[in-house]
Amino acid sequence: MSVGGPGGGAASVGRPHAPLVGVLAIQGGVDEHVRALERCGAVTRRVRTIAGLDGLDGLVLPGGESTTMTIVMDREGLTDPLRAFLRSGKPVLATCAGLILLDREHLDVVPMTCARNAFGRQTRSFEADLDVDGLDAAFPTVFIRAPQVVEHDPSVAVTARVEGAVVGIRRGPVEGWAFHPELSGDDRIHARFVERVRATLA
Amino acid sequence: MRDESTPRVKTGLAEMLRGGVIMDVVDPEQATIAEQAGAVAVMALERVPSDIRRDGGVARMSDPEMIKGIQDAVSIPVMAKARIGHFVEAQVLEALDVDYIDESEVLTPADEANHIDKWAFKVPFVCGATNLGEALRRIAEGACMIRSKGEAGTGDVVEAVRHIRSIRADIKRLGGLDGGELATAAKEHQAPLELVRWVAEHGRLPVPLFSAGGIATPADAALMMQLGAESVFVGSGIFKSEDPARRAAAVVAATTHFEDPARVAEASTGLGRAMDSLEARKLGEDQVFAGRGW
Repeated sequence: MSVGGPGGGAASVGRPHAPLVGVLAIQGGVDEHVRALERCGAVTRRVRTIAGLDGLDGLVLPGGESTTMTIVMDREGLTDPLRAFLRSGKPVLATCAGLILLDREHLDVVPMTCARNAFGRQTRSFEADLDVDGLDAAFPTVFIRAPQVVEHDPSVAVTARVEGAVVGIRRGPVEGWAFHPELSGDDRIHARFVERVRATLA
Repeated sequence: MRDESTPRVKTGLAEMLRGGVIMDVVDPEQATIAEQAGAVAVMALERVPSDIRRDGGVARMSDPEMIKGIQDAVSIPVMAKARIGHFVEAQVLEALDVDYIDESEVLTPADEANHIDKWAFKVPFVCGATNLGEALRRIAEGACMIRSKGEAGTGDVVEAVRHIRSIRADIKRLGGLDGGELATAAKEHQAPLELVRWVAEHGRLPVPLFSAGGIATPADAALMMQLGAESVFVGSGIFKSEDPARRAAAVVAATTHFEDPARVAEASTGLGRAMDSLEARKLGEDQVFAGRGW
């Protein structure tokens, strides 16, 4: 388990219990999420086993390869316990491959369908400044072989689009992004997520 | 509004491959086995390094038809190798829309003085390195991922260990130097001062550091991860072994749980024969791939 980072700032001062946020660490962009969460005042844990889910206040599903994550999770027996956690009402932040894991064809946590590599192969990966629901200024997004949400239930709120395609969703405590806020050098999405986790502890 | 192929997105794909295994494959069937075993990416090539060693002759970029077949067979990223300095092979691989190009010492070098100008490409590049200076020169040329060279096609991990240890030790050493000493270090490493300063300040390379060359067992993979590699490439080690599907899955498990000896033990159990191996230190000078590039 990592300890809280030094960059917690005023938000974590004087609070006896910093929120404990897990990052699914089968493979992928784990380190950047850990650093961003710690800068925002959370304590983090890399989750590779069923036991790793115990006692978490929130969970991040990082980017990486969704095929790899799905296969390894099945082999680990992690699929059902992870699904149960994701449906438990605790705050969840999912990015890129993590967003795919939430859809009907994977862990079926959010009633939606994602298309993988929807913008194309790596040469079509891109950066763009996007309007994101709830943030007052454009967010610098990084899309890498990114998915799109191609179909969703009306209960799913759309929180970001790029050229009409749905690339951000929120449903209850679960938020998902097709891009990588952890690579942007802008912690607003992580700060807001950590605040959501913190609010559940009050 | 979209800004494609920026250094951020090129390095970003390497970051998303962390904690995984990239497997050499020579046809769509092997690619499918690799994907089902949990590989994060495949490296499409005509012959695995141990066969290149055995056959001799000039080793070149793969047939585009084979690369396309592999791209159609799997949804994970597909990488392919170009010869050192052969920028036209790289142009061809870019035209084929591969996800990463490995400017690789496993193929026969095409230029004895110059590596490819990797900034000129939309596709990101990975390059091998044996020490920190070599890694930083490749990054200065535009590489977005560094891997140890190791000694490909031998099944002997000793060279990969040497390269990763050397790179990590030199990174640590830079952390203790002052400004004047960093300028001297840059000269000694024959690397740009700006990159040397960045490494000294951050304690790591500005791009992911993976390991390759001679990894043949789950324990080899876990060893490289514990030594500080962020992912592993496995070449001949999988499809030259007795039971490729099983060994591939075992190497993936050992890479995920590299800090858990019980899990590495479980992954190492009952895999059948590993690849036929060669001791790297007994290779003749003309058989050493790691000496290619500079």
